[in-house]
Amino acid sequence: MGIQFRKETFRDDFSFKNSPEHVRRFPFPFHEDSYMYAVNIEPHKPGPKGSVLEFPFDVDEHYVSEMEDRALVLAEDPLRCQSLPHMTLAGWDLLELLMVSMAESYPEHFTLTRDGDTWHWINRPLGIDDTFVFGDTSTLPYGPMEYITRQSQGDYCILDQRDGNLWMDAGIVTTQADWSLDFDIGMNFFEWHAPVPLAHEKGIFTRALKFLLNVQQGQPARRLNWTMTINPRLDTSPENYHKWGPDRTTVTPENVGDKVHLRVELQTFWRLPRSNALVFPIRCYLIKMDELATSPKWAKRLHRVIRDLPEELATYKGLTRYRPTLVEWLSKYDDGGVTSPGFGPD
Amino acid sequence: MSAGTTKLDVTVADVVPVNDLVTRFHFRPTAGGLLPTFSGGAHVVVEMREAGRPPRLNPYSLMSSPLDTSEYTISVRRDDVGRGGSLFMHRNVRPGDRMVVSYPVNLFSLDLRAKKHLMIAGGIGITPFVAQTAQLAAEGGNFELHYACRTASLFTYGDLLQERYGKRIHLYHDDRGEKIMLDRLLTSQPLGTHLYVCGPAPMINWVVGRAAELGWPSENVHFEHFSAPQPGLPFDATLAVSGKTIHVGEQQSLLEAIEAAGVDPPYLCRGGVCGQCETNVISYDGKFLHNDHWLSEEEHRSGCKIMPCVSRFEGKSLVLER
Amino acid sequence: MPIEPTIKSRPIYGTLSPQKGTEHLLIADAEGAQAILDLAKSAPEGFFAAAEIVYIPRASGEGHVAALKALKPARFYDGPSIAAALPRLRQTFATAHMGLRVYLAGTEGLIGQAMLAATEAGIDYSSIQTEHRGSLARRVQCVHCKGVTEDVTTQPVTCAHCGLTLFVRDHYSRRLAAFQGVCINAEDRSEQVPVEEVFP
Repeated sequence: MGIQFRKETFRDDFSFKNSPEHVRRFPFPFHEDSYMYAVNIEPHKPGPKGSVLEFPFDVDEHYVSEMEDRALVLAEDPLRCQSLPHMTLAGWDLLELLMVSMAESYPEHFTLTRDGDTWHWINRPLGIDDTFVFGDTSTLPYGPMEYITRQSQGDYCILDQRDGNLWMDAGIVTTQADWSLDFDIGMNFFEWHAPVPLAHEKGIFTRALKFLLNVQQGQPARRLNWTMTINPRLDTSPENYHKWGPDRTTVTPENVGDKVHLRVELQTFWRLPRSNALVFPIRCYLIKMDELATSPKWAKRLHRVIRDLPEELATYKGLTRYRPTLVEWLSKYDDGGVTSPGFGPD
Repeated sequence: MSAGTTKLDVTVADVVPVNDLVTRFHFRPTAGGLLPTFSGGAHVVVEMREAGRPPRLNPYSLMSSPLDTSEYTISVRRDDVGRGGSLFMHRNVRPGDRMVVSYPVNLFSLDLRAKKHLMIAGGIGITPFVAQTAQLAAEGGNFELHYACRTASLFTYGDLLQERYGKRIHLYHDDRGEKIMLDRLLTSQPLGTHLYVCGPAPMINWVVGRAAELGWPSENVHFEHFSAPQPGLPFDATLAVSGKTIHVGEQQSLLEAIEAAGVDPPYLCRGGVCGQCETNVISYDGKFLHNDHWLSEEEHRSGCKIMPCVSRFEGKSLVLER
Repeated sequence: MPIEPTIKSRPIYGTLSPQKGTEHLLIADAEGAQAILDLAKSAPEGFFAAAEIVYIPRASGEGHVAALKALKPARFYDGPSIAAALPRLRQTFATAHMGLRVYLAGTEGLIGQAMLAATEAGIDYSSIQTEHRGSLARRVQCVHCKGVTEDVTTQPVTCAHCGLTLFVRDHYSRRLAAFQGVCINAEDRSEQVPVEEVFP
């Protein structure tokens, strides 16, 4: 049994799509008909069976293809994965966290056997079978963070904690919503969030930092964030903005359903035990408007959210050019009726 | 959004008298297996339960190697004039006893960017460094430890550390007139050195003060200012939110009394440094005995806030927002 | 012209003041010399006897050299460019001890590059004194090709390496000592954006 991994692409012919079961489990981020920043952080507790929250780290039908896309990005631009010298220990912490969790959650796909410091890791979907010495970087083909995150969906930022702040001192970022790890590495919490409009004034980051500094081992937290992407492109990096930016001019009333994607980030926060660092996985989920509209409630609510979004946020999220076309398309699904509370598709 | 503490059920595996004042306790997970990994400098909060009195919760630094999580070890110095927590540990805790400790929390972590780690310890302040040196030695880290104690007979783990790390350990016996040549030490360190101090308050103040005077940026200076709650005169307080009146006994902390009334403020350190249990004061008639290192002096003077884990009150009335 | 705070990653500079320390390293370019001369007015006895001044006069600073020398620092270096001074600075940091304090004054390019050398040697950036003087010209890293264009005074600017037209953001990286440049007409390359001098 296990997960049926899809063979698909996130570039060129864009063959990515969600199976009907995956449409139903999509982490729709709006619990009401409007959106504004809030410190929407909650404990990362296991969710319902089959949901993206069932396990600490979700592995889904896109796993193998996403890992292939990551390898392509890294081959083009190795600066997408960087770790400042003092962060190696945190990399080992992350490797342990992911291997233990993946092997526990998906025993049919991943197996970890530990004999003291000698670890044996089997990743069946990717055809990996490696034995290495935990803590000895020379026994792995990459550094510990790069090794395990080439096998784990989503971006990973590792934050060093010192002087009452969090410092983005390591990460692998290939599926990002338009920010550059190479530029932001070494920055503190306020600095790398500096370009985000409105939230600083609302004190969002001050409160969020206070919470994150106190995240304890064994008590992870999570939040959802969102934006929109034209075509199911994982790598919407600023590095390649001049390559994917023109996509935003290609939206027409006829192709909205296929081209425009809601992009949701499931962000989680974990204290790492040896390094006392915090790891911040950013897991990206994509859904095209045609798929989303199979849930009348979601389409209705997204129409209202996008229509009423403050201009600063629309600009920051890069929606300006195609917002009218998208709102017009979504309005077909909005009869003006009441939507039920909560995130679910009904 | 309150940070809490997850608990661990442990069994006392061994109780080892180290010298006249210090006893070491070894804890293993009651359910078997391994305990959670931790980083050097972390502490656990140990719950001491004794029939007929509310539980005491005291923080102790983990001193076992972070590389071996089959057990946690702590060292407890007997404090004959304290609230009785250390006396309870010395007199009542036996191998085989089951106890509850918190998950490890690190409020005194190493700055791993350091080109060199310079550690200064006084007395029982040595314990976090025992774990940190083990962690650094395993990674080939550059460190040097200067450790002062009253007498050779009280030099807890001095021999052990010298045996492990040789010339990197420097011991100073007060009774032989040996003194840390602090200024020379502080001015001869390579750029990028980080300084860590743990020991009695006067020692911390001395080291931190000289470092500032000699041009050490505060970012490079780290200290563990943990203080166990001190006993004091009993007092009463009103918890306005929950509508309860509590009595704080002589040997009890205000936080413990609040908990005994069934109200659970968040906490991490129970030593006046993490800020979690900060409590607003609604009104008072009397004087505060602030013992924390979290609130600013201005906040201490304002009478608007108190850290119930270590601070006390003397006077007619105290109303808290709890 | 004073630098206004904009976003949280945009560095803010202060006014140099003498710090407690055993040695003092003061690095300046062009009008930055004046910041050192102003600091000297409040410097305690013996401050410059334990100080080194590294000065890059650039086009406008030759007139300040004599005044800086008159402060009688233990060492004085007069160099032709920041790039030329960096090997010397790295050597100074490599052999220095805790207690060394660092003071940077002048253009943002000088402050950023000298700060980078200092932080690589283990000095925390927040312990470094800085004061902006003179030109507002920026170092800009092209986020696309990673090349750095020096002394940028216009908005937008043409990347000196890949030729894309870059919008110069206020987003700043200490690790690169540069502001971020992002293609301004990426979505529609036919858009023409007028070029204005905004960082004189």
